[in-house]
Amino acid sequence: MKIVVCVKQVPATADARIDPETKRIIREGTKAVLNPFDLYAVEEAVRIRERAGGEVIALSMGPENAKNSLIEALSMGADRAVLLCDRAFGGSDTWATGYALSKAIEALGGADLIICGKQAVDGDTAQVGPGIAARLDIMQAANVSKVEDVDPGHIRVCRSNEYGYDLLRLRLPALITVLKDINIPRIPTLKNARKARQADIAVWTPSDIGADPGLIGLNASPTRVVKTEPPALRDSVTLHIDGGEPEKAAAALAGELFGRGLL
Amino acid sequence: MKIQSEQEKSSYKNVWTVAEVANGAVHPVSYELIGAARRLADARGSQVWTVALGCGHTGEAGSLFAYGADKVILVDDSRLEAFNDELECNILQRLTIRYRPEILLCAATSRGRALIPRLAGKLHAGLTADCTGLAIDPGNGDLLQTRPAFGGNIMATIRSSEYRPQMATVRPKVMSAPEPLPGRTGEIIRETVEPGDVFKVKEILQSVRQNGSAVSLGDARIIVAGGRAMKGPEGFVLLERFASLVGGAVGASRAAVDNGWISYPHQVGQTGATVQTDVYIACGISGQIQHLIGMQSCKTIIAIDVDDTTPMMKLADIAVKGDLFEIIPAVIKEIETVKSKQEKA
Repeated sequence: MKIVVCVKQVPATADARIDPETKRIIREGTKAVLNPFDLYAVEEAVRIRERAGGEVIALSMGPENAKNSLIEALSMGADRAVLLCDRAFGGSDTWATGYALSKAIEALGGADLIICGKQAVDGDTAQVGPGIAARLDIMQAANVSKVEDVDPGHIRVCRSNEYGYDLLRLRLPALITVLKDINIPRIPTLKNARKARQADIAVWTPSDIGADPGLIGLNASPTRVVKTEPPALRDSVTLHIDGGEPEKAAAALAGELFGRGLL
Repeated sequence: MKIQSEQEKSSYKNVWTVAEVANGAVHPVSYELIGAARRLADARGSQVWTVALGCGHTGEAGSLFAYGADKVILVDDSRLEAFNDELECNILQRLTIRYRPEILLCAATSRGRALIPRLAGKLHAGLTADCTGLAIDPGNGDLLQTRPAFGGNIMATIRSSEYRPQMATVRPKVMSAPEPLPGRTGEIIRETVEPGDVFKVKEILQSVRQNGSAVSLGDARIIVAGGRAMKGPEGFVLLERFASLVGGAVGASRAAVDNGWISYPHQVGQTGATVQTDVYIACGISGQIQHLIGMQSCKTIIAIDVDDTTPMMKLADIAVKGDLFEIIPAVIKEIETVKSKQEKA
């Protein structure tokens, strides 16, 4: 079983603060981490390899320091890692990212199974996984909460939805995106973490993956951000209700809820 | 598709919506999308077409017209009963290539968020997720898509001028449904599942409904959410009463989910759901940044907590300081009283 797990480096949020004036989150100066959902993707990939044998390859696209996220994937048990890193990839939107990653998977000689996290927490789009599956023309299942079993030709998974779940059988090669409740990611051992830091991470350019120069980066990205602005400001005044006397507080809150037309 | 000429660009016409159909019924978000599409189409002088893929939903076409669709493309087939990414994508790909919509809108449900990026990937089309605002440039048909980025810190406006169709997803309850006009009609275009559509399509072995009648986070207008200070599963029983009274869904912080007090589908925040509801009532949630990212785009935030120095109490529009287990039951009782008075009146 050859498994490619796609990971992304994202800005950390743990040390972000709230601006008291605008009531918005300040994230400047925060460090970068592996996208939290990708931990579950890496863990699931390693678990499947531990059962079925084979190889786990961690794949990412990003700046040079995105190697840190790949090192984390290696320390959790990925066998090797590839980083797509080149100025020509810069400015990629989700379409161009999906294209580049699909070309990298082809350059790896294909994969039986591709695993992605449900979404990256910076963009929150959940588009790159299905985008890769589209480009490779393979079956997909998003929001997988459980891998039931894998055999050389198929994978059976539970996919969550708003109503419950579906049990699906996909022919391999296939792509799945995974939710947080699929597993509990392992904490890497010190030995594995050290080994991962010394690992040789392949850095590939567009020509290494045979990418069409017209289909990568900003120029091949259909979407353009044409304007950014701060969100409509939240009323910076908080109405405080003292709950010392619960009935009075309840009446005041209910009065606000009905009065503002919220109920 | 990348557009090569103005002539090619002008060959793309009309605003399409993809209806959300589950168990033979049209989900209300479909009407919200039609409302948004209607405004865009009227500004552009074009039509609203709604694609309804499903099983046993033929009788629902009338409601799509009532809410503003001009044409409905209907595919009613038992193979469309449960959502199958590849099959629905193949059908939509065929239809969009044939009819060339200028814009295609879909619900940002678990189905839409899997289906539309696959379609955009196949078509090399621009796609913007979770739009909170949609406007059109009436001259050239460019869609101006506004969405929160970086956890709601900035609002980004996105265009895909050089590509058609332009695709966007919208979360349920973010846009309001128009008033239906009973008796309004339109043209039904019947399409079928073609042999090529079922090539390389997964098997759906079983579909299990298990959430009962509870409102899911994605469908809610109001969320009543609990955190660590709810102390245990009993605390969430109280919140469920509160939520069902106000017709809302129950949300939770990661701490509450990790403690096993409530299941993961209820988790709001960075590793759970991002929500944009009208009202968010945070009960005993301190407001770690990872949680705030998932809910700070909600319109009105109400916090109830014993500690009024927490980030959530500071972020809130209304902050109630006090004992959760005294205040929440009192609020429930008060709302019940007001509601029963309203019913009598």
